[in-house]
Amino acid sequence: MTNPILQARGLVKRYGRVTALDNADFDLMPGEILAVIGDNGAGKSSLIKAISGAVTPDEGRITLEGQEVSYSSPLQAREAGIECVYQTLALSPALSITDNMFVGRELKKPGFMGKYMGMLDHKAMEDFARAKLSELGLMTIQNINQAVETLSGGQRQGVAVARAAAFGSKVIILDEPTAALGVKESRKVLELIQDVRSRGTPVVLISHNMPHVFEVADRIHIHRLGKRLTVVDPKEVSMSDAVALMTGAMQPDAVAA
Amino acid sequence: MADQNSTSDRDFESVLTSSDTSVAEFEDSHRGVVGTLQHVLHGNPTLVPVIVLVVAVLAFGLIAGDRFFTPFNLTLIMQQVSIIGILAAAQSLVIITAGIDLSVAAIMVLMSVISGKLAVELGVPAPLALLIGFAGGIGAGYMNGLLITKVKLPPFITTLGTWNIFFALNLWLSGAQSIRGQDIDATAPLLKFFGLSFTIGSARVTYGVLLMIVIFVVLWYVLNKTAWGRHVYMIGDDKEAAELAGIRTDRTLRQVYMLAGFICALAAWASIGRVGSISPQSFYEGNLESITAVVIGGISLFGGRGSIMGALFGALIVGVFQSGLRLAGVDVLWQVFAIGWLIIIAVAVDQWIRKVSA
Repeated sequence: MTNPILQARGLVKRYGRVTALDNADFDLMPGEILAVIGDNGAGKSSLIKAISGAVTPDEGRITLEGQEVSYSSPLQAREAGIECVYQTLALSPALSITDNMFVGRELKKPGFMGKYMGMLDHKAMEDFARAKLSELGLMTIQNINQAVETLSGGQRQGVAVARAAAFGSKVIILDEPTAALGVKESRKVLELIQDVRSRGTPVVLISHNMPHVFEVADRIHIHRLGKRLTVVDPKEVSMSDAVALMTGAMQPDAVAA
Repeated sequence: MADQNSTSDRDFESVLTSSDTSVAEFEDSHRGVVGTLQHVLHGNPTLVPVIVLVVAVLAFGLIAGDRFFTPFNLTLIMQQVSIIGILAAAQSLVIITAGIDLSVAAIMVLMSVISGKLAVELGVPAPLALLIGFAGGIGAGYMNGLLITKVKLPPFITTLGTWNIFFALNLWLSGAQSIRGQDIDATAPLLKFFGLSFTIGSARVTYGVLLMIVIFVVLWYVLNKTAWGRHVYMIGDDKEAAELAGIRTDRTLRQVYMLAGFICALAAWASIGRVGSISPQSFYEGNLESITAVVIGGISLFGGRGSIMGALFGALIVGVFQSGLRLAGVDVLWQVFAIGWLIIIAVAVDQWIRKVSA
């Protein structure tokens, strides 16, 4: 059996008297799409924030490729190879697609101008951005320098996913990627997710959209009351059973049987 | 069972294969002249001040005639706007981050008083006195930055407070007394370096004007060609997104306020040359005039939009209006009236441009 690429054991996070994470476990296998589902307030967001470095858990440990890691900021998690596409996308609307893709890891010109004057290599960045977007089938975008605010919702999601996937990351986390999108755009994004997996990068998908979850996920992590209730295989469990587990209408033993 | 479930749930999508692939499109002709203009301006927000500047120069050339259109008068306008122009450069940096700095002129006057006091009255070598002024400017900016990022105060309130604090310190240090030009000439002429000039024909160019232009060119480079500059824009556009995208926003903001403070200290040096003496009561409205230049220059008060060069054009527009109206024999109050309308129109145009749709 292969080892999980990303693993968490016994994560605890308290906010005052509220326990958001109560000994939560998490396993992500290499090359899979793992969906995380759970009711509102089940602690999905806290779990994802703990894994992506946005919050530091009070207890528990996280291992990436077998190495124990602990982050104090999303930046550190990103440097370690965990990319998160937030529901808000974290794109800057007035800036260009290229600027947004390279934020925080801009390419500098070779030689004196780049080294001592900090001059950016716009051409190299544009070429790279264009190549990555066409790799992911997003080249309906004509001008790589157009401002992100002139793109459609699906295109913006595409740019955010491309940014996460473009820099050789080990894990990509997507928070509600289809929540704000129409039918056609959702389809594009789901294809994009499968595309990312087919290139070998495991994906964590947080979603409330059961049809989307059941369509693309290899395994489904069901989160309830601050901990992992169970992990199910979408091919063996029905959507209504998953919802029943998630809401507490059914216990995991009933399904496993 | 589950399989069936997931396919049947996708049935509604099966019609997608035959769906119309065209996206909503509008031909340019339908967009009309106004819509096209809006798009062009959205891409190049600095175009507005450039057009206004060119039109204003031509209009005043016609109204005020020969006296306006002389190299002497045009370079005089440059000298008149140079100090506010440099302050506007510092102000632009802060406004691009969606902040505002009401203390720019107070920092400038305080640093001119400190450098002058040290060099003229206490006998400190002039270069050292100027360096202490620079350090003071950076320190004042750092104080603004700390209050904004650590104490989490809004920039408006922070700099409203420090404006008063710096102004009071300046009155205390100077005893509300000016340092006379003759005394500066006698002990530390270096302080008046930026008042020196050279002439090309009848045009008189001061080093202060050159300093202003150099500052704008350097800042344009930094904001547009370096990663730090792109981060400054991103923070102004959406601070939370910038943070999530991995920018250390608070550190960058502190750097912005420190750089603004340093530029104010450069303005302090230039102002001694421009005014010829050091007066603690001068430039009391300099902060508001710098904001006027920035706004007329098409830099959005909401942050993240506009080019630093706009602030230079904005300062020049104000100078051209003042000079042109004066030469045309119009009462000073109408100059003020005109600048007021320019501000309102500039912000209205910014609002309109930001409403552009794809």
